[in-house]
Amino acid sequence: MPGSVLLIEDEPNIIEAISFILSRDGWRVDTHSNGIDAVDIVRQKAPDVLILDVMLPGRSGYDILRDLRDDPQTADLPVLMLTARGQAKDRELAERTGANQFMTKPFSNAEVLDAVRALSAA
Amino acid sequence: MARDTLTGSRIRERRIASGVKQAELAREAGISASYLNLIEHNRRRIGGKLLLRIAEVLQVDAGLLADGAGVSLIEALREAASDMPGAGAEQERVDEFAGRFPGWAQLLADSRGRIAALERTIETLTDRMTHDPHLAASLHEMLSTVTAIRSAATILAEPGDIEPEWQARFHRNIFEDSARLADTSRGLVSYLEADERETTRVGSPQEEMDDVLEELSHHVADLEQPQSDLAAISKELGKGLSAQAAALLQEWLSQYQKDAQAMPQDAVLSAVQDHGLEVGRLAVATGLAPSLLMRRLAAMPDDALPQPVGLAICDSSGFLRYRKPLADFPMPKFGAACPLWPLYRALSRPMVLLQTPIEQTGRQDARFLAETVAEPIGPIAVARDPLFEAHMLITRDTQSRDASVETPLGVGVTCRICAKVQCPARREPSILATST
Repeated sequence: MPGSVLLIEDEPNIIEAISFILSRDGWRVDTHSNGIDAVDIVRQKAPDVLILDVMLPGRSGYDILRDLRDDPQTADLPVLMLTARGQAKDRELAERTGANQFMTKPFSNAEVLDAVRALSAA
Repeated sequence: MARDTLTGSRIRERRIASGVKQAELAREAGISASYLNLIEHNRRRIGGKLLLRIAEVLQVDAGLLADGAGVSLIEALREAASDMPGAGAEQERVDEFAGRFPGWAQLLADSRGRIAALERTIETLTDRMTHDPHLAASLHEMLSTVTAIRSAATILAEPGDIEPEWQARFHRNIFEDSARLADTSRGLVSYLEADERETTRVGSPQEEMDDVLEELSHHVADLEQPQSDLAAISKELGKGLSAQAAALLQEWLSQYQKDAQAMPQDAVLSAVQDHGLEVGRLAVATGLAPSLLMRRLAAMPDDALPQPVGLAICDSSGFLRYRKPLADFPMPKFGAACPLWPLYRALSRPMVLLQTPIEQTGRQDARFLAETVAEPIGPIAVARDPLFEAHMLITRDTQSRDASVETPLGVGVTCRICAKVQCPARREPSILATST
């Protein structure tokens, strides 16, 4: 029983592809592409799962996640983080900040789909 | 003369190395122990017969004691030894080594310099993703594009029907993204190729620029002309430098040109003739900024001034961005200088021209006058504190020798090669032998 996903990512063609596969799987997908007002959008849309890119224009994904975790309303929101850097210290930082899962670009469609299903079920 | 001021230190070093007591050597040389002590601390000059006698007792060449090897060579050898303490270099005999085998000693010192430069290069290369924002941005861009292509291609390749409209859309996306990927990767390759050409040169851009300035003796005759072509001169002087060093040099030359226009060489020399080398007096007489005067004095040809001047310029973090040492007032080639330098004190008293008599620790025979000032750089910004840059002009002090003037401040070059034992400013141990 798929629910809603919010995708915050600045690369238009990635947005299009991920929205397509998630929608086809039955998810309701909202997208947003800058970091500055990302936290407000998350509160407004109140998705079941959040997909958050680390490198966003205006504000880093880590900062956004930190704000979300500090807010009781979004403290438990399942978050999948996307990054182009797979270094150990990035993974560590993501975990410390409170990401539920961490995925390195280039990922496959199936990986994203599996991760979103797993996060919403948990 | 700078080179014979350390004869005493060399005698002391040799004596300790051969395990001879001070009293013993004094007796054999026919002088009192306290007199020998003064000699060993460079408080009394020594020469002639006494030097020969001491050399004989210590079984060394008198010339070696008198001239020693170049101070900087000895320092480099000591640093080499302290870098690899396990090798067991005979530190107490460093003078002897450098004196007997000057060529080999120089080779060792040069090799150490090269190792240090290579180590810095390696350090920058190892963590390139952090140090090189261009590389990190290019890779990020490429990975994002690859991700988009992969996602779209997977959707198209999967079995099952896709509406023709969506199919066309993903085809177009892949087409666009692949063109972008080709551009980014081509750009990255040419960036790395250019980079490869540059990193074969070792040493920091700052050092490259220092070498050029030293070669010029800090004077650019072409820029002293009323109509000078900055671009052509920068190009000529920057030949063979890395892009970063050429940029630093260009910045310096542009400042030089502005300075020379504000105060041409003739004006500098006639002001010096009327008022002497003291920046304090020159500033009052000409109404010009002390920092400008200092840079102009440092840019004069060596033989045009009554005595050569040294100049150090640091930014607010203390980084020495310009150095023109004097023969007997060396400045560290890289790393930080002695925190006691009046240069740094100037940063906490902006816009005040300070004059401080100084001497180098362990070399009481040479006194200097340090004139310092910290002036703001950049334009005035609303409600933002200015950034300061400090200048320190060094001249040989010929006046404060008489006792009426305040005791000079003892300063070093940098901690590693400073013998001062009790120093609140010390940040790392000295590599000089501190045994007694």
